[in-house]
Formats: sequence, C-alpha cells, structure tokens
Amino acid sequence: MSSYALKLTGINKAFGPVQANKDVYLAVAKGEIHGVIGENGAGKSTLMSILYGFYEADSGSIEVGGDAVRIRNSDDAIALGIGMVHQHFMLIDSFTVLENVMLGAESGPMLASSEVKAEAELLRLEQEYGLHVDLNAEVGGLPVGQQQRIEILKALYRGAEILILDEPTGVLTPQETDKLFEILQALKSQGVTILLITHKLREIMAVTDGVSVMRGGEMVAHRRTADTSTEELAELMVGRKVRLDVDKAAPHVGETLIQVDHLMVTDHRGVDRVKDVSFTVNAGEIVGVAGVSGNGQSELLQVLAGIDAPSKGRVVLVGVTATPESPGDPAQRRRHGVAHVPEDRHRLGLVGKFAAQETAILGYQATDAVNKGMFLDLDAVREQTEMMMAEFDVRPPDPSLKSANFSGGNQQKLILAREMTKAPKVLLVGQPTRGVDIGAIEFIHKQLVSMREAGCAVLLVSVELDEILTLSDRILVMCAGELVGEVPIEEADERTIGLMMTGVPREEAANAAAPAPASQEGEARV
Amino acid sequence: MSAPHRELPTWVDIGVTPIVNIFLALIAAGVVVLIVGENPIEAVQVLVRGAIGYDEGIGYTLYYTTNFIFTGLAVAVAFHCGLFNIGGEGQAYIGGLGLALMALAFDSILPALLVIPLTIVGAAAAGAAWAAVPAYLQAYRGSHIVITTIMFNFIAAALMVYLLVNVMGQPGNMSPETRPFADGVSLPFMHEFLGLFGIDITRTPLNLSIVWALLCCVFVYFFIWRTRWGYAVRTVGSNEPAAVYGGIDPKKTIFMAMCISGALAGFVGVNVILGEQHRLLLNFAAGYGFTGIAVALMGRNHPFGIVLASLLFGMLYQGGAEIAFEIPTITREMVTVLQGLVILFSGALAYMSRPWVEAVYFALTPSKQQAA
Repeated sequence: MSSYALKLTGINKAFGPVQANKDVYLAVAKGEIHGVIGENGAGKSTLMSILYGFYEADSGSIEVGGDAVRIRNSDDAIALGIGMVHQHFMLIDSFTVLENVMLGAESGPMLASSEVKAEAELLRLEQEYGLHVDLNAEVGGLPVGQQQRIEILKALYRGAEILILDEPTGVLTPQETDKLFEILQALKSQGVTILLITHKLREIMAVTDGVSVMRGGEMVAHRRTADTSTEELAELMVGRKVRLDVDKAAPHVGETLIQVDHLMVTDHRGVDRVKDVSFTVNAGEIVGVAGVSGNGQSELLQVLAGIDAPSKGRVVLVGVTATPESPGDPAQRRRHGVAHVPEDRHRLGLVGKFAAQETAILGYQATDAVNKGMFLDLDAVREQTEMMMAEFDVRPPDPSLKSANFSGGNQQKLILAREMTKAPKVLLVGQPTRGVDIGAIEFIHKQLVSMREAGCAVLLVSVELDEILTLSDRILVMCAGELVGEVPIEEADERTIGLMMTGVPREEAANAAAPAPASQEGEARV
Repeated sequence: MSAPHRELPTWVDIGVTPIVNIFLALIAAGVVVLIVGENPIEAVQVLVRGAIGYDEGIGYTLYYTTNFIFTGLAVAVAFHCGLFNIGGEGQAYIGGLGLALMALAFDSILPALLVIPLTIVGAAAAGAAWAAVPAYLQAYRGSHIVITTIMFNFIAAALMVYLLVNVMGQPGNMSPETRPFADGVSLPFMHEFLGLFGIDITRTPLNLSIVWALLCCVFVYFFIWRTRWGYAVRTVGSNEPAAVYGGIDPKKTIFMAMCISGALAGFVGVNVILGEQHRLLLNFAAGYGFTGIAVALMGRNHPFGIVLASLLFGMLYQGGAEIAFEIPTITREMVTVLQGLVILFSGALAYMSRPWVEAVYFALTPSKQQAA
C-alpha cells in the first residue's frame, strides 16, 4: 500500500447530467513520472481538480502516501504535499519572480523577513533541482519556459512532493520542452512524484514511466510506458485506429497569390520583429513557416492578415498591395478572398460569450450572406452555422451554445469552418492544432490538405515541427525575425530544420545534422 | 477542458435574484426607519400606496419611469461596447439645452408640428455631441471614459448655470430659466391625449414621451442584437482584438456607441422640457443620469429589464416623495437614503445574493438536474 504515493479508487463525479468521472482508479508509485492522457473532455482535468481540491468527488476514496485523506480545497491539497502547475500560468506579470513565489505563503505582515526566508529556500531548491531563474527579474519579461519554472518552484516552495502538471508543453518550444523534461527527471531522482496531464503522445513516450488513458470519463487502460507504443495509446485514447500521416498528391502549383517583398515590421517599442523577409506562396501549395515561437512568425501573419501595418517593404495578396502608407485592413483582405485562422483563437478567433452562431460570422458580419437590409438575417446565420457544424463535425452541434463552452478542438473546428467555407483564394493559418486533441488534429490536417487540393494558397505557421513536416510542400524557417532559409519538403528533415530554427544557415545545418559528408551533395543553395 | 458548470436557469437569474436584492434593501431600509422611530411596515405601505395606489401617483411614477428608461438605455448601450458611461447626467442636461435651442429658434417661424421633431433631433444631437468628446478622447487619445464623462457632468452643470443666468435667462425674471416655448411646442400630456378619446385621468406630468421611451427600447433591442452595427458594438465590448481581427474598427465603434448612448440620455430633455416644463430651467436632470447606471445594472443591460427596473425606480421616486410628505419624521434626505439603499443592493451589490440564491436553488432541485 505505502509504495503508492497516490491512489485514487472508485472516483465518481457528475456535473448535472454529465458524468465527468466514472469509477476512476489511478495509482502512482512514489518517485514515478506518470502520464494521464485522454482527449479534451475525457475527464482528465476533472480528476486533477478533484485531486487538487477544486471539486470534491461524489464518491470514491483518495489515499496519499497510504493514508486515506479528504481534500476539500486547495489548502488541504497543499498541506498533503500536492502541488499543481496549471496550463495557464497563475503569475502576476508586474511582480518579480521572488514576489510571485512568495505570494500567498508570506510569513508575517512585513515582507522583508519573508523575502529573506524565501530567497534562501529558493536558492536551495534551485541547486537541488537545477531550476535556474533570476529571482529579481520581473515575471512579465520572461519567456514562457522560465515562467513555467516559476510555477514549479512555487509548488516546490510550498512543500510539494506530488506535482501535477496540466498540459505543460502546450506553450513551450521544442527546446524548452526538452529542458522541462530534464527538470522533471531531476525532480524524480529527488523522489518527487509527477503526474503529467497531456494529449501529446510523444511526450508520454519520452518522459513517463507509466501511463493511464482516459476516455469518456473512464480510465480505459494502464500501461508501463516501456511496454506500449504511440499507436496503441492513440487508439486507446480515441477508441479507434488513428492515422497521423496525411495522404497528399503532388502539388498543382498555380499563380502566385502571396508575395512578400523586403518586409520589415517594427513593433511599438521600436524592436524589429520581421527583418527584410521576402517569399512567395502559389495557388495549390502549402508553405510552412517553422520557427521557435516569438521569432517573427506571428507578426508576419498579422501583417498578411491586415491587422498590423508593414513598417517597410510590401505584401501583395491576391493582387492587392499593402504598404506602410496603405496597409489595408482585415475587412479588405477578406473581400479579396483572404481567410485567416488566427494563432490565438481565444483572443482573436472568437468571442467567448457569443453564441457559436455569432462567432461563426465574425469577420463576415457585414456580408450579404448574413444580412437582410438593415438587419442580420438570424435564420441564415443559424442555417449556415448548422451547415458548418455538420461539415466540420463540431460537437455539440448547437449554434446557440456559448463559444467559450466548446472544447478547444471544437472551437478550432468552428473557426476553420468559418474561414474555409468561404472558398478563400488564400488561407493564412496559425497554430491550427494548438491545444487540440488527436482525433481533431487528424481532421484538421485533412481539411488543410483539401484546401490545397482545391487550389488555395496556404501559409501555415506552426511551432509543431511535425505538423510543418507533415503538411508543407515548402518550408520557410524563421529565426530572430529573419528568414534563415527555404527547404523543399523532399529535402527536409527534422534535425536540419531544428538547427535552422536556431539561426544556423541551411548548408551548415545540413552538414551538422547529417553525420555522413555525402549528404551535402545535391543540396540546393538557399 | 473546462468542467461543465452548473448554471442557474435564466428565469432565476433575471427574475428571482433582483427580487431577493430588493427584499434585502427593504430590510436595511426598515432598520433605518426603525432607528428614526417610525414603523417600517407603515412606511412601506405609504410608499406603495403613494406610487401605485391612486391614479395621480401612477402618473408621476410613470413620468419618472420614462426618464429612467432613457438614461438606463444610455448606460446599457455604452456598456455593451465595454464602456462605462457615467456621463448620462451631463448628456441629459445638454440634451435639454439642444432641445430648447431648437424650440426657441424656430417656435416663432415654423408651425409647432414641425418644431417638435426638430427639438427631439436637437436633444439627440446635443446629447450625442456631449458624449462624443469623451468618446473621441477614449478612442483616439486613450483618456479613460469614466474620468472624462464624470468631468463632463461638471462642465455641463457649470455651462448651464452660465447660460441660464447670463445668456438665456429672461430680463426681470428672478429664476434662471428661459422664456416658455410658443403654444403647441410641447408633447401632449397623457391626460390631454387620452382626453381626446374620452378617457378621463388625473392631471400629471406624464406625457407622450413614455411612448417614445418604449420605442427607444425596441430600437435598442434591434440595434444591439439584430444589426451588424450592434454586433460590432458587442464584439468590441467583449473582445477587442477579435473585433480587429474581424475587420471591425474599435475606434469608430466606440465613437458610434457613445453617440447613441448620449443621444438616448439627451431624450430626458424630451420628457422633462418638451413634455412637462415647456422651457429650459436649471437642474432639470436632477440625478436621473446617475440613477440610470443602477437601472441598467439591475436591468442587466437588456431593454426589457431596463423597463422593469425603471418602473421600480419610478415607484421609489414617487413613493419616496409621498413618505416624506405623510411621515414628517422621515425627511426628504431620509428618503434619498432609502433610495440609495435600493440602488446599493440592486446595483452595486447585485451579485452579493447570487451564491445564496444558487445554493437554495440547487438544494431544492438536485433530483431534477440528475434526471435531465
């Protein structure tokens, strides 16, 4: 019994008619990294919320370190040594790292004494686990990877021996993910038990010792990681066979629909975010933009979509030129057949409190298709939304449901449906599968390929290198705002592109990536 | 990933919670009345009787209701755009000025039937213009609309004192007011209007503006929920980056929403000046603009809710006056305190009772929820 750090038995939890957890069993040995996987809505988050005291289970028992416990709120959880790193960080941007870690765990009315104590304790933790963060840095200015470390430090500072990480890699670059995994291994070697909630199978395979699969509120399988495979886990998660590769015919390339000439984008602080970038995208091809997040891809996409103005140079989309003097706007772009699936769907792509059918006309609210004279034609809006939902398998297919109440994957499918059903000539796509579960990824990839087949020029910006490699015909690599190079898909491999993402030019990257010198031959100059 | 959250049915949210709030306010007000040494039950009886117990009371209640509908709608339209328009008071005041200027300029040269629509347009235009300046400053200069609209209330008050004392007032008249408008430049009183159909009611300030107020409710409903412009307003109000993404210009939208808001507030002038006083006078907007904030909050920024909330506040105004008249120990100032308590509980503390209502509701209906 006591060999388990954590044991949940027969956990049930219902929200009204929805049974979010059904007779769930989960046992995690001390010092193990244990993955919990499942699609969105499978009940992972509910289970973790029960463990962290946000909800109480309707029935079932929880044992921590062999003792039966009751967790009524997060204070109980913290007292039992359970710490949680949330998917969306709970940090205050204008506070320093030290202040954030102390927050809520101060030891008296005056801060100075707490600060001294916290600082000493944090330095110890840093040394023990290799979690280096500048304690006096302001949190808002730190990269996300560092912010996540602060969250981990916060949990450890409160004495966590069981650490729950909810989708920790959703916002991280591949390099940051590797660093995180190193940290997790270090924590494990110090006896910390880790629960990793994710839907990324590769990560489960890379870092966990054991894995539990949830589907539809139930625990469907427990496996030792060494004894399973991504294919088996994917099948267990989705409940059917899943294909992660995509069938693509050779591209039928047509006229140039996106042309970017010496584009410069300078942000409001005067920092150059995009530096002298030039490329083209033609009808009937998918061009992927690879790069570590924050290297100018977002700004490039914003300028192409008409949200931001270029600072220098110009972009031409479907024959319409945007220059610093006449940057155009998103409405103008849409009129010319440019559709845009934004990177940040919560901030840009939808309005959380709008009904799905209202989100489904965002950007097209002034078109004849949804207006009758002075008024919005609500019948038409509803009908179109129903069609989109049927065609893109949005669940639940209820146009009146609040947009925020759909899962991430279904929100994304709704946005894709909105943009794709307008038969655009150019499709700008940012992070199409971020936070989307595996069944939906398969579907979204198919849809993007079908747009290409239909003669649309697709520009795909993604930090998921797998996705870029699966879908693109050509790959552009960006680093620090500059275009490092272009690689045709036939010659692309993960290691070369990965190195180019750090700014290494293509020839060098190819040399370094390929151990045999022979592979240099035949590489085209960039 | 979000776990399904149990939500209150709409009828509880909109129907039960406000009633609980008013009840709490009445209890608090009752304590105050007790402290003064009067009987709270009797005070409530006087209030209700005064507000709806006889037809003169009803007339006054509806007259006040009309003002609250205008200012409540004004706050609601701005709110849907994510703006907190505290300046209803000043916009109403200046709206009256615009109306009076039109009336005084044209009542001697044009027939009254032509002047009336001009004055209404004048009220809307002046109210909108007074809101447009803070709107411009917010949209294009980043000055916070709460601050600027509050400041504009003071500017409006000072401007009106200056105009009525030094410019528009009549020589020889001690009170700061303009000359009366020409005969016929007014909206008919309800007792006059219904008199045409042989229906006889008591003389009160209630006039046809109430019909205009209800039409404005219909307009606001259709504008906000059924037009692309209202869609733009709501998008900017709930997620500005998404509005930009959707090709909506937040600056123009903010400007438009505030102008409509100001115009609606300006219609208070139609009720008070064109409907009742037939001349411009000092302080006619007397707090209607501020109460409009509580009305909009209580009415959940929905025209239907605003009509109900306006009725309640109309009753409080009229019934409160009756209390001050009938129970001498409860002074006018005390009545203002009682009204303030209602505003406090149903406006500022509107969500305080929600957890209790939720708890009671869920305790009473668990089986039904499971079965659903």
